[in-house]
Amino acid sequence: MRARVYWPVTIAASLLVGLLAYGLTTTGTDTTLDSAMARGERVEPPAEGSLPVLGGEGAGSLAGYRGKVVLVNVWASWCKPCREELPLIQKAHRMMANRGGTVLGIDVKENSGAALEAVDEFGLTFPNLRDRDGSFVREWGQTGYPENYVIDRDGKVAAVRRFPVTQEWLDETLPPLLDESA
Amino acid sequence: MMRALLAALLALALLAPAAAAEPRASLTDIEDEVMCLECGTALNVSNSDVADQEREFIAELIAQGKTKQEVKAALVEEYGPRVLAEPSGDGFELTAWLVPLLAALGALALVALTARRWRRARPAAAPAGGDPALDPDDARRLDAELAAYDR
Repeated sequence: MRARVYWPVTIAASLLVGLLAYGLTTTGTDTTLDSAMARGERVEPPAEGSLPVLGGEGAGSLAGYRGKVVLVNVWASWCKPCREELPLIQKAHRMMANRGGTVLGIDVKENSGAALEAVDEFGLTFPNLRDRDGSFVREWGQTGYPENYVIDRDGKVAAVRRFPVTQEWLDETLPPLLDESA
Repeated sequence: MMRALLAALLALALLAPAAAAEPRASLTDIEDEVMCLECGTALNVSNSDVADQEREFIAELIAQGKTKQEVKAALVEEYGPRVLAEPSGDGFELTAWLVPLLAALGALALVALTARRWRRARPAAAPAGGDPALDPDDARRLDAELAAYDR
């Protein structure tokens, strides 16, 4: 009789442990991109799905920029370091636009009204997509705000910056990639 | 004239329950049903910049006269379905509904099983023929105690 009671309890406990393990593995930070960068490798973007266009109709994706160098800037207007970084990002976009490149903003976890106010406030002229709940950038192993990823002309991730950029980093990273041909 | 008055009264009578069923939305009522997307906690216990912006968004919608359901629909439109604290019934989130249900059923089954075992064990433990006989010494002590109590 006692053994009969133990079996269901064991199965239920195993299911709960399995559920917990699944939850932990799916919510953990993905470090695949960082490992590849540390090895000096260029890799395919972890996620390329389409996202809604901020302040426009339809959706956009990285695939639409193949052949260009793309500085993917993860930002939100509620993030103070992002706001401090945005003038530098806009300046980088002006430089890149003349050399076959662009900035692609990914506005994360905010309503479009607040995001568009920031676009006006900082005079941003680069395209922006909306990652409404942050699920897109999570696949890129995002750990904070702002973050920047540089995509080369072949559509591969060439550089990752997990904290605000500096002019020095932009000057070191972007021109060599812009000089490359697809 | 009388007909128009009756029609107006009928319309009022029909509209009154509908208005009562859809009370005016309030921030405190909505806050505990909405998640702070960055903190992973309900909005009413979140103090981050994201939470402040979400609260501001909700307050604007309330000021526009939106109902609670309209506010929640607008939140989902802007932030996605994960902004709502209540898990959806799809995919992995289904476990949030199923696990408590299965746990409750398991607990019920365990109680039923234990109760059945107790009921089976009790007749075997009880001596046949009613209450056990009292030891003569104990019987004398009991009589003495009761007599002292009566005095």
